[in-house]
Amino acid sequence: MTQRGPLMFLVTLLVVAGLGTALYRYDTYRIPLLPGAQQTVWQVEARVEYLAQGGATQALLTLPPDQSGFRVISESGASSGFGFDVSTRGTQRQAHWTKRSAQGEQTLFYKLDLVKDPGYEVLPDSPMPPETPVWDEPYQTAALQVLQSALPISADARSLARQLARDMTLARSNQNINLLLDRYQPPELMTTLLNAAGVSARMVQVLELEDGRRRQGLRDFVQFWQDDEWHLLDPSGAEADPSRLLLWQTTTPSVLEVLGGSRSRVTFSMISQSRPAGTLANETAPGFAISLYSLPIAEQGMFKLIMLLPVGALVVALMRILVGIKTSGTFMPVLIALAFLQTELLPGLTSFILVVAMGLVIRSYLSALNLLLVARIATLVVLVIGIITLFSIVSYHLGLMGGLTITFFPMIILAWTIERMSITWEEEGPKEVLIQGGGSLLVATLAFLVMDLAVVRHLAFNFPELHLCLLAVILMLGRYTGYRVMELRRFAVFKR
Amino acid sequence: MTSGWISPLKLRQLGILGMNRRNIGYIGRYNPRDRYPLVDNKLKTKVIAQKARLHVPELLHVVETQHEIEAIEHQLKDLDEFVIKPAQGSGGRGILVIVGRDGEHYVKSSGTHLTIHDIKRHVSNTLSGLHSLGGRPDVVIIEGLVKVSPYFSNISYEGVPDIRLIVFKGYPVMGMMRLATHASDGKANLHQGAVGVGVDIATGRSVAAVKNNQLVTHHPDTGVSLQNLQVPDWHNMLVLAARCYEVTGLGYLGCDIVIDATKGPLLLELNARPGLSIQIANNQGLVPRLRHVEQLEDYYQTVEDRVAHAIATFQAFPDNPLPELATHPAEVFS
Repeated sequence: MTQRGPLMFLVTLLVVAGLGTALYRYDTYRIPLLPGAQQTVWQVEARVEYLAQGGATQALLTLPPDQSGFRVISESGASSGFGFDVSTRGTQRQAHWTKRSAQGEQTLFYKLDLVKDPGYEVLPDSPMPPETPVWDEPYQTAALQVLQSALPISADARSLARQLARDMTLARSNQNINLLLDRYQPPELMTTLLNAAGVSARMVQVLELEDGRRRQGLRDFVQFWQDDEWHLLDPSGAEADPSRLLLWQTTTPSVLEVLGGSRSRVTFSMISQSRPAGTLANETAPGFAISLYSLPIAEQGMFKLIMLLPVGALVVALMRILVGIKTSGTFMPVLIALAFLQTELLPGLTSFILVVAMGLVIRSYLSALNLLLVARIATLVVLVIGIITLFSIVSYHLGLMGGLTITFFPMIILAWTIERMSITWEEEGPKEVLIQGGGSLLVATLAFLVMDLAVVRHLAFNFPELHLCLLAVILMLGRYTGYRVMELRRFAVFKR
Repeated sequence: MTSGWISPLKLRQLGILGMNRRNIGYIGRYNPRDRYPLVDNKLKTKVIAQKARLHVPELLHVVETQHEIEAIEHQLKDLDEFVIKPAQGSGGRGILVIVGRDGEHYVKSSGTHLTIHDIKRHVSNTLSGLHSLGGRPDVVIIEGLVKVSPYFSNISYEGVPDIRLIVFKGYPVMGMMRLATHASDGKANLHQGAVGVGVDIATGRSVAAVKNNQLVTHHPDTGVSLQNLQVPDWHNMLVLAARCYEVTGLGYLGCDIVIDATKGPLLLELNARPGLSIQIANNQGLVPRLRHVEQLEDYYQTVEDRVAHAIATFQAFPDNPLPELATHPAEVFS
């Protein structure tokens, strides 16, 4: 009617804000929309060992660059007694361990947690124009001949690289290649040949990811530039699976530099894990994001429940406004449903009905005592606690551990429920008690079923901003003027 | 209860007012929140009604605090008939009706004898909120007993029948007589099983009767036919109800009126959230009538004019029915 505009504006605003934030966070932090989505996490450990010679010592370890396909969750360089920091030199990152004086065997660790994420894109560093290599004779001639035979049967950088790789692995009979391989290692030869053909190419070192491998070394690969991105090529000619290759080093010639030490070496170990993606997001979402992850674990657990309350409130609003179910106490069903989350449905229902029934019996005696209201409620609170205690002890001795969860019921609410139902019984008869009690339990059960859905729990906690959308729905419900489902029955008499 | 279901489209066609529309479109829209205490507290209702010279049951005493209880023994000493009510009770809770004396004892309408101590305890309980909504501390009012007009005494099972009139913006739009039954325990509340008899605004004649949302033709306990009843003093009743609009400032109002054998129509209480069953009792939806009033452009200034307009317009058996209102597109949200 009159004030529809502002409401609709608010509702739209809430929906846009809620969905927008949720989508943004989904897009940025990869918080999964569905619960239980698994992501493969690689935990890579680089182990640097060397013999220190006494004085000041430092170790520089090249670290893998930010690259497409892998997202870094965390990294750390744990080594006792060493200063540690990560510096960036050009595009290459380096771990830097330092110590004033060290003697003997030193072991340094660098740990890296990565998650495989095909959607993760990093802009590649663009290549330098290829330098024309300078060859000594007779290699110059040999290289030219190799290229002259490979160039005509290739179309682009990729096919040329493939052709060269094939020549180098299969065509051992080719004299030119054999000559060149005597002098150069295959990756180096490949890179130089590609450069000579005018293709930007470079030697890189990669780590082959294989679950459970220990003490691995890096492998030399060739990267060539085509279509605005780098492509990996295994110089041995085998197909390279980029999802299993972690680019470690691209520019500096050596992965490890040690000053003040000798016999240094670096080895790599790795394991892969499948973890629910939610726990990963917990580790990556930065502090300023609207996130509950920054809270201590115990509070997070509490908020997991609190964030479900609005869902329960929505169920109540739906059931009362759209359906027209009578409940005893407006939001009492939500609290009962919250208790059901702890007790599970059937034990919860059973114990709720038992406690309320016993309470009603005792309350009918209280009515004869003619007590004042506050005293009566207080009596009921004491009685409810008594019933619950009795119930817990009896069920424990009967071996029914489920009975112990009854303590999760909000006792004051139980006392009020008993009081209200008792009043209803006296004034409007047992039928009304059954209608309201049944309605409350029905709504509580429905609210429980919704709140217990893994998707709902997941979204409510991980995307708290979706509550804005929920609020929008509740606001809309607040202006719903259509008939309630129960009214279609109530007014059925008009059917004639 | 009822058989089957009715389609929402049919209900809309019939102009039946639903709970949600009533709450948003009428109560929320026409009843200012700050006026609610006037009707939720029967003492305040009575005070403003008396100031406006509306006829109400005579206010005998008010008990506001526990220490005033001792005084009621003296106050009640010379009274034979009276009613003790919580000012904020609802649904007939906590109403004690004393119809006579038997020596030191007070006789309830059911015949039970009470001592003055029983009455004091009842008052004390009421003051501490036993009978009020949410257990709030309350005030007790003691008022004169309404004498059932002989016309009604053989219709209703026990208790005083009352007449509920829905007054919208000062126009009485629909009326219903409520008769207590054995099932309703002497209370005139429809959802407790009382019989509702729709009353034609134009004539004061009964239209249809309903009990538990089912149409009935006879009173289930007294067996009296509920057809062709005529409410006496109907015009005065309409005027009394229509005047409540000015007195309370509430646009959508339920007026509960009783007929005293000697004093005629008395305003019993007012309700800012009147129920919807009146539509069943009248076999008629409220929406066309409410829309009609909403669309009136020449506001009738006087109560008499409004009543006259209502009588001319809201006939249960009209020679010329209400003109069809422009059908509104499905308005599900206000």
